[in-house]
Amino acid sequence: MLGITAQAQTGYQVGDLTTDFNLKNVDGRKVSLANYADAKGYIVVFTCNTCPVAKAYQDRVEALNKEFAPKGYPVIAINTNDPVASPGDSFEKMQERAKEKSFSYAYLEDPDHIYTKKFGAAKTPHTFVLQKTAKGNEVAYIGAIDNDQQEENESREVYVKNAVNSLLNGKKPSVTTTKAVGCSIKWKKQSTTK
Amino acid sequence: MKKYIVIFFLLFVFFETKAQVKLLTLKELDARVAKGKDTTYVVNFWATWCGPCVEELPNFEKLQKDSMATPIKVLLVSLDFKSKLQSQVIPFVSKNKLQSEVFVINEPDQQAFIEKVDKKWSGAIPATLFVNKDKNKRAFFEKEFTYQELITTLENLK
Repeated sequence: MLGITAQAQTGYQVGDLTTDFNLKNVDGRKVSLANYADAKGYIVVFTCNTCPVAKAYQDRVEALNKEFAPKGYPVIAINTNDPVASPGDSFEKMQERAKEKSFSYAYLEDPDHIYTKKFGAAKTPHTFVLQKTAKGNEVAYIGAIDNDQQEENESREVYVKNAVNSLLNGKKPSVTTTKAVGCSIKWKKQSTTK
Repeated sequence: MKKYIVIFFLLFVFFETKAQVKLLTLKELDARVAKGKDTTYVVNFWATWCGPCVEELPNFEKLQKDSMATPIKVLLVSLDFKSKLQSQVIPFVSKNKLQSEVFVINEPDQQAFIEKVDKKWSGAIPATLFVNKDKNKRAFFEKEFTYQELITTLENLK
């Protein structure tokens, strides 16, 4: 029984090609990665409304979009949480948050956690940087946005920013995976016993 | 009458000191464990915003309470933001009358801190570290613990 429950990264690994999705945005329209025809890649952030860590990163996620969308790497945020298990993460609440903070990026719902599970997002926030290649969208980086959740360290390591800049310079990111503390995903409650 | 006043005063002081929450660096944690010699430290990583963490806290509290005469020490190390120490952590500790020692982690580089605690840790909480310096035992688990599981783990560590 000791230590058997160590959790490996399930879902995509660095180097995997990802499937696309077609999820509803806060403006009611469906969004896919394919919609971003001019994109060179994507910054997919699995996040939510309610987690304090995710909230602490909201402005930084906005800053990433402002900086990198014009360069070909837009941010796409996906809400990992079930609205019944976590009412603060309902679609209406998502719309409220997006409006209140003037999100410049898409904030999508993921009913039944289909893409949360496919990607293997294990907590919020959990970020995947994808690069558009001839073979498809390849995972280039998985993990934290930076190593300084509380924003106290001016010389923090900005993992996602560095990863995207490397890709824009035709190189692989020097750091491809990192760890972070975040909130557990609020899964939909199963109606049948396992 | 005087005896009762003295006892009451001591209990009052005892309870008061328990309500403190201090910041803790990993270095300080290591020093504490090193000083502990034959004490087994049960270091639980949690946060006030982590539902499953809060749910299992009573199990750690019971362990500490039932272990008063033994060399087992529960340390509840919170990953709440330092800025929330006064506004959230301390009120939480007071409201829930936590008797175990409570700390808030104080490390500038979260990546390094996670790796140093255990290379296999994904960063998810709750997670618990069992460590005994003298016996050279160290076991880390990224999971929730029932009271029985805590007892079993400690047994298996001997």
